[in-house]
Amino acid sequence: MDRRLTKGNIALAEGAIQAHCRYYFGYPITPQNDIPEYLSRNLPKVGGVFIPAESEIASINMVMGAAASGKRAMTSSSGPGISLMQEALSYMAGSDIPCVVVNIMRSGPGLGGIAPTQGDYSQAVHGGGHGDYHSIVLAPASVQEMFDLTIKAFELADTYRNPAMIIADAMIGQFQEPCRLTPREPVVVPDKPWALTGCKGRAPQLLKSLYLADGEQEAHNLVMKQKYDIIRDREVMYETRHLEDAELMIVAFGTPARIAKTAIENLRARGIRAGLLRPISLFPFPVHQVHDFSIRIKKILVVEMNTGQMLRDVQISAHRDSRIFFYGRPGGGVPYPDDIEAQVVAALEEA
Amino acid sequence: MNRIFQRPASLLDRPTHFCPGCTHGIAHRLIAEAIDELGIRERTIGIPGVGCCVFLYHYFPIDVLEAPHGRAPACATGMKRAQPDKIIFAYQGDGDMAAIGTSEVIHAANRGENVTVFYINNSVYGMTGGQMAPTTLLGQQTTTSPYGRDFKSEGYPIRMAEMLATLEGVCYSTRVALHTPRHVNQARKAVIKALEMQNAEMGFSVVEMLSTCNTNWRVTPLEAIDMIENEMIPYYPLGVFKERTGKDFL
Repeated sequence: MDRRLTKGNIALAEGAIQAHCRYYFGYPITPQNDIPEYLSRNLPKVGGVFIPAESEIASINMVMGAAASGKRAMTSSSGPGISLMQEALSYMAGSDIPCVVVNIMRSGPGLGGIAPTQGDYSQAVHGGGHGDYHSIVLAPASVQEMFDLTIKAFELADTYRNPAMIIADAMIGQFQEPCRLTPREPVVVPDKPWALTGCKGRAPQLLKSLYLADGEQEAHNLVMKQKYDIIRDREVMYETRHLEDAELMIVAFGTPARIAKTAIENLRARGIRAGLLRPISLFPFPVHQVHDFSIRIKKILVVEMNTGQMLRDVQISAHRDSRIFFYGRPGGGVPYPDDIEAQVVAALEEA
Repeated sequence: MNRIFQRPASLLDRPTHFCPGCTHGIAHRLIAEAIDELGIRERTIGIPGVGCCVFLYHYFPIDVLEAPHGRAPACATGMKRAQPDKIIFAYQGDGDMAAIGTSEVIHAANRGENVTVFYINNSVYGMTGGQMAPTTLLGQQTTTSPYGRDFKSEGYPIRMAEMLATLEGVCYSTRVALHTPRHVNQARKAVIKALEMQNAEMGFSVVEMLSTCNTNWRVTPLEAIDMIENEMIPYYPLGVFKERTGKDFL
């Protein structure tokens, strides 16, 4: 398979084009600017539309308009911009409008910094916007996954008529790796009979999220919950490494998972049996997988580039007898393999 | 017998949720008549904002997208770019367009998005109970300006039609009123013209309609009509502020 040295953000942008996304609306923010720059150059070549919007609020609402038309549409941003999009993300979840939103995270709170970080896990996975909803959230850990998971995100968004987010840190967005820039499987865009295309030959259609009549909103929330339960059932994605004989399981996503793989190899060379569970889908979180492995592997080390956000989901998922340790580097700090190795050794030494 | 007056085909026969005396219903009717006259119902998509305008879908047999508060011009942008052959209109109140949504409407207008905005200016937030808006007249008492709007604290009422007319992307910007038959006839022509210009791909069109909110103004419907004539029109003059005659872009 032909592979080309590609930057993470470019792989993601090319993935969007390959996924037949033809509508991109965005506002500049570091460290994701390669995405709009690439798409402003390449979308017009395939008959697509790129609009440099006046704000992230406008960007996501333009996405809503294009997506409500039945087209694949996306935007990308980082921390502060993603915060501005939460209103419309909530509206789209409530109105069953699919879209893809990319967050190449920067540290925060506030303006923060642009070094690799994972501070937006909770915002992405546990809501972000108002109301009782979930976005589907995918977390790539390589340039290839930036490409593949973007295609997957469009597919999941359309299947479930729900916003899908990709969250990655600046390391994944900015570094280069060999990448296959063709879809693994042919991309199929499903029919969207619900789209607003003018009511020629059919009854008028409506996309809305306002439910005022007694019991209407509750009924709608329960239908949404059914959808989330199906997503939890069918769409969990994760990777494992060396868990078969592990005496400690590292749980990490994105960049820390890659660093953990190096740490695990180093530890095993010293006879210390560590393994890895890497969630690829953060919503749905691999609840049952974490639980099932934790029955045998009593000790868990959660490694994140924040002060402990996915940690809560691991605590909820793991067996009640698990010993859960945490190592976090917030605010742009990136762990070294020997930092993780030291944490593993210390955890194993504890009674 | 010839029928000379009837409900437009693009307006559904439904009980109205608008208060007696409110002119939203007239605006709805004018838009429906224009859709009928231009024969565009099956390719028209409406995007209401949030407020009393939100129930657009309850009255129009057309496709409708419900936008977040103030964001209808951005939604309309995405929709029109995805479907250039459709007629896309936003329907926004003054709280929606002249307060929280100023950024979206200004930039949609400035890009010359080929969409139409119908802007209902009744000088208050109607649905939430008559709070002060950027459009509230000086001295006007509302539930959040109980001592009357004071320019020293709240600034001056904002004139959107004039402001939008300064933008190159705008092909048509006008202000009409809905309080007398003569004014309604003028408004009718403006609504048709705006949609015709969109059909001719001439750019962004906006029709501001001075509207009553007798409930929140705490007056009778007849007094509200007088207030449009004697208080609103003197500050918000009627007229055409911009009208392109062709696709004469710079």
